[in-house]
Amino acid sequence: MKTVKMVCAGFGGQGVLSMGQMVALMAMKKGFNTSWMPSYGPEMRGGTANCQVVIDEAEIASPIVSEGITLLLAMNQMALTKFQPKLEKGAWLIVNSALVDTKDVPSDVHILKADFNAIAQEVGNPKVQNMAALGTLAAHMDIFNKQDGLDIIEEKFGKKNPELTLLNQKAFEKAYDIS
Amino acid sequence: MGKVLMKGNEAIAQAAISAGCEGFFGYPITPQNEVPEYMSKYLAKSGGVFVQAESELAAINMVYGAAAAGARVMTSSSSPGIALKQEGISYCAGAQLPVVIVSISRGGPGLGGILPSQGDYNQATRGGGNGDYRVIVLAPNGVQEATDMVRHAFKLADSYRIPVMVMADGIIGQMMEPVEIDTTPIPKAPNLWAATGQGKRAHTNMVNSMHLDPYELEDHNILLNNKYLEIAKNETDYEKYLCDDAEVLIVAYGTPSRIVKSAIKTLREEGIKAGLFRPKTLVPYPFDALHEASKSVKFVLVTELSMGQMIVDVKLAVNGLVPVHFYGRTGGVIFEPQEIVDAVKSHLGGK
Repeated sequence: MKTVKMVCAGFGGQGVLSMGQMVALMAMKKGFNTSWMPSYGPEMRGGTANCQVVIDEAEIASPIVSEGITLLLAMNQMALTKFQPKLEKGAWLIVNSALVDTKDVPSDVHILKADFNAIAQEVGNPKVQNMAALGTLAAHMDIFNKQDGLDIIEEKFGKKNPELTLLNQKAFEKAYDIS
Repeated sequence: MGKVLMKGNEAIAQAAISAGCEGFFGYPITPQNEVPEYMSKYLAKSGGVFVQAESELAAINMVYGAAAAGARVMTSSSSPGIALKQEGISYCAGAQLPVVIVSISRGGPGLGGILPSQGDYNQATRGGGNGDYRVIVLAPNGVQEATDMVRHAFKLADSYRIPVMVMADGIIGQMMEPVEIDTTPIPKAPNLWAATGQGKRAHTNMVNSMHLDPYELEDHNILLNNKYLEIAKNETDYEKYLCDDAEVLIVAYGTPSRIVKSAIKTLREEGIKAGLFRPKTLVPYPFDALHEASKSVKFVLVTELSMGQMIVDVKLAVNGLVPVHFYGRTGGVIFEPQEIVDAVKSHLGGK
């Protein structure tokens, strides 16, 4: 397996950090080595938040993804602008089409688009857009299947808030199915 | 317990609780804030005491006091905060107190930055406190080892009555990795020396670092040194990776050692036999083992997230046998495996 070097980026509040954590958690459950590293610099309100997730069969060399990104989730335009130059050739790019324009992305990058805002609205809570993004991501990554995602959402939110779990699962499933 | 995905700082705090930590005294500073945060939430639940002190100085002196009374205690901080604690660390070492200090280091000097760095090697291994003293320094390479080392630190502190520092870079503090925290109870030493009130004892116990009589102080210094020699004999620890046939030996500690391992794989694919020597104890430093490992190589490359601090110990170990080169990045910048590959090649090419 090729090492997955993923960056999840967006506005603070779009849930990119917790989404990245859930990807790492899913990878751990599948028996992979994984690491999750948040950006913890002096971030500003309205600026970009991001985290880096590495998944590997071998020991993780570095949890820092500063170049050679194989998978970028861009929840807003700023996120794409910031990390696009660090994408490796043939990388996958998942974007929130409601907020991100991909016309300047080089042709050697594979683009997956979905309107996470619309999916979240449809489900009834704009907060769950990150789980819609997780759905598109899980549909793309062959190490995960639909049930992995539904299970991890259940595990993460189940006890605390059954209602939210259902909303998150709905958003995840909708995005998974159209991807 | 099974593996859980945990942030390094939280895993370190949980490991301390599992080790039977009875008191935590700290003051906030990035990037180690999740240690006191976790302790404030969970230490009391296991019967311990959490105090957020009014400063780093207060925190280390609370550690000093609680340890003197026989409690199993810990503090944590990051680079500028550890600088402030140096006086107290010297007092703890002088008074032979078992304390654990966690240092999650960031860029410096001064306030520096908040991103990961290894610029505190000298601070940890030489210390900024006064006098002839040593503390044991352990350097983990990830979240799992950080938790194992925190537990080990409590054992070492107890067995030798000495401050033990676990020094991790900010990456370990901030990242999440799968981790399984050992929950085996660690029996506490009887601490017959502790200042707990005389009770029915015939003698009084005194915990003190002052010895005004020069012969008495000299004896005390000799005792501390003998203790250190004993520790060096028994507790020195390191990891060797692909060293047996190596023509190039790379020395690294902490998280960067994992980046070096990845570089070594690339080098070997290209036919360059490189190996890694990783000190797990920075004090005592594995001088003899590193000397042995450097005997059959063309040169040694030291890699650090600093301008070069551990390189002094590497040079002492290698003792002129082969050239010792350096590659480092600082300020919170982390080197990529390719940079290490290029550095090795540049020194091979220059031959």
